[in-house]
Amino acid sequence: MNRSTGIAKYLRLDRYPTIWCAGCGNGQVVGALLRAIDTLELPQDKVVIVSGIGCSARASGYLDFNTFHTTHGRPVAFATGIKLANPELHVLVLSGDGDTTAIGGNHFIHAARRNIGLKLFIFNNGIYGMTGGQCSPLTAHACSATTAPNGNMDTPFDICELGKAAGATFVARGATYSPVRLEAMMTDALRHDGFAVLDCVTQCPTYFGRMNKMSSAAEMLQWQKERTIPLEKTALLPPHAVKDKIITGVFKSESKPEYTALYRNFHRQLRKDGPHV
Amino acid sequence: MTKRKKLMQGNEACVSGALYAGLNFFAGYPITPSTEIAETLAKRLPAIGGNFIQMEDEISSIAACIGASLAGAKAMTATSGPGFSLMQENIGYAIMTEIPCVVVNVQRLGPSTGGPTAPAQGDVMQARWGTHGDHEMVVLTPAGVEEVFTLTVEAFNISEALRTPVILLMDEVIAHMREGASVPERGELLVVARKEPKEPPAEYLPFKPQEDLVPVPAALGTGYRYHVTGLYHDETGFPTGNPEKIDGLIRRLKHKIILNKDKFSFFEEHLTDDAELVLISYGASARAARAAVNQARAEGIKAGLLRLITLWPFPSTAISRICANASAVITAEMNLGQIYAEVCRVLDSTQRSLSVTHVDGTLIQPQKIFAAIKEAAK
Ligand code: SF4
Repeated sequence: MNRSTGIAKYLRLDRYPTIWCAGCGNGQVVGALLRAIDTLELPQDKVVIVSGIGCSARASGYLDFNTFHTTHGRPVAFATGIKLANPELHVLVLSGDGDTTAIGGNHFIHAARRNIGLKLFIFNNGIYGMTGGQCSPLTAHACSATTAPNGNMDTPFDICELGKAAGATFVARGATYSPVRLEAMMTDALRHDGFAVLDCVTQCPTYFGRMNKMSSAAEMLQWQKERTIPLEKTALLPPHAVKDKIITGVFKSESKPEYTALYRNFHRQLRKDGPHV
Repeated sequence: MTKRKKLMQGNEACVSGALYAGLNFFAGYPITPSTEIAETLAKRLPAIGGNFIQMEDEISSIAACIGASLAGAKAMTATSGPGFSLMQENIGYAIMTEIPCVVVNVQRLGPSTGGPTAPAQGDVMQARWGTHGDHEMVVLTPAGVEEVFTLTVEAFNISEALRTPVILLMDEVIAHMREGASVPERGELLVVARKEPKEPPAEYLPFKPQEDLVPVPAALGTGYRYHVTGLYHDETGFPTGNPEKIDGLIRRLKHKIILNKDKFSFFEEHLTDDAELVLISYGASARAARAAVNQARAEGIKAGLLRLITLWPFPSTAISRICANASAVITAEMNLGQIYAEVCRVLDSTQRSLSVTHVDGTLIQPQKIFAAIKEAAK
C-alpha cells in the first residue's frame, strides 16, 4: 500500500494548505509521526495531540485527532493533567525547541522526573521561526540569528542529555535527512511505557537557513547530514571525530513504572489498607 | 431540626465544598496562606479515586487543571498573590477555550512577596483584570467558613454552567479562621454536571453556542475529535481571520456571563432598609463592618451594611438600588480603595461616597470603620 494514502486519514485536509514555508522540515517530522501511529494502529479517538506555540505547534490543527493547541512552553503541563485524568488516552506533545527548552524547560524536566507516559516530540530547528528567526537555547554556538547577528555566544543544550539526566525513560534523536530512521524511533517512542523524548532535528530554511548562508532546504539537509553521526558508529571513531557532531540514535530505553500506573496502584492499595497518615 | 455544626478552618471548608461539588482533580504548588487546601486534598482526593498532583509551579498547576478538565474532570487549583500572578496567562486561555475550572486565590498582602500571612484584599482588580485582553470574570468572595463551603460549590456550578474559569477570592483571615459550620447533606445543594453533546460527531460543532450562549465542548476521548486553540476561532474550533467571527467570539465570551449574571449575583443586606449611611464591604472586612454598623445603631446612627459576595461581574444594580436613599456610602476594604472606585461609578454623582482603606498587614478593626461612620454622620 502507498504509505502516504495510509496516513491521509489522519489529516484534516480541509485545513490545508499549512502555514509552513516550502522546504520546512515540520511536514517531514509530522509525516514520520503519522506513519508510526499508523503502524501501531493507535485508535484515532484515543489519541490526544497537545502543542504549544510556534511553527511546529500549528501541526495540531492539521491532524485529525483530539487536538489541543495550548500556550507557549506549557503543552507538557497541560498534557500532564490530561494523562493523569484519563490514563487510557495516548497523549502526544508536539513542541518546538524554544517551546520545550526555553520557556517550557521546567515542565520538561519535571515530566521526565515523574516518568509520566507522555510522548514528547521536539521539532528542533535551532531557531524561533514563528517570530522571525531569533536564537533559541538549541541554536548552535556561533550560528547567526536576528538576536545574535554576530553569532550566538551561548552554548546550546543537548536535549537528550537533559532528558536522560532528568529521568526520562526513553530518549532518542533522529533527523529529517533520515526519515526512515526517524519514523522507527517514533514507533519506539510511541510504544514506550513511560516518558519518551524524541529530539527531531529539522530544518527551517526560511530563517535559520537564510541567516546561516544556506538558501535551500536541500542545502540544509546536506549540512545536517554532514554534522550527524549515528550512535552505532561513534564507538569506532576517535573522540575528535565525534566532537561537535549531532549524534542520532536511541540513547536510553529503560523499563520503570509509569507515573499514572504507579499512582493508581498506590491509591488502590491506600483505599484497601486505609490511609498511612 | 437544628443541624450539628462542625468546627472547620476556611481552607478546609473550601476542600469540603469542592469535594461536595464533585472535584476529582487538583494540581497545585505550595504557597501561604493557601497551602492547607493542597495538603487536605493530598489526603482526601486519592482516597476517593481522585487525582492530586503537586506541580513544579503555579503556571503548570493551572495548565494541568485545564488539561484535566478538558479530559472530563472537575478541576481546581489554589494559590495566593504571587502564584495568582503566574496563573494569569492560562486563566485567559481557559476563558478563550471555554474550559471550566475553579481557581482559589487566598489573598495576602502584596505587591510582590509582601506579607505571606498578612490579611489583605489587594487582588480584587487582579482577579478582574489580571489576564490580558477584553474578558468578563466571575469572582466570588466569602466572609465566613460556612460560606466558603457553599460558595466553593457555587464556583464549580457557575464554572460548569458557563464554561469559564471562576475565581474564589478568599483572604488570609477567612482561610485560616476556624468557626462552626454546618455541612449540607448530599442533595441539599444543587451540583451542576457538565453538559455532553447530543448530536453525532459528524454534525457536531464544539463551539456553537446554545441558547444561553454557552457551547458544549465534549470531553477528550469520547469520539468527538475537534480542535481547541487559544487563537480566535469560529464554531468549528479552528482559527479564523474573519473579523466578524472574531468580534462575535470576543463579545459572546463576555455576554454569556452578563446574560446569566442574575443567577449568581449574591449579596447580603444587614439593617439597610432604613439606613441613611450604607456601608459596603466584603470578605473579612465585612465582619468588622458589621460590628461597626451594630455599634452605630446602638448609638442611634441609622447605618446599614451591604455585603458583596459576588464581586465580579460588579453588582451595580443592587448597589444603586440599596444605596438610593443613603446620604452617604462608605466602602471599607483591606486595600487602597479598589471597590470604592467601582462604587463611585455606580452612585449618583451627587451622592457622598467615602472610602475606608487598610493596608498595614493587620485585620481591619471595627473601631476604624465606626470612626468613619461617626464622621460621616456628623
Ligand atoms: S519559518 Fe521556518 S520553521 Fe516556520 S514554517 Fe517557515 S521554515 Fe518552517
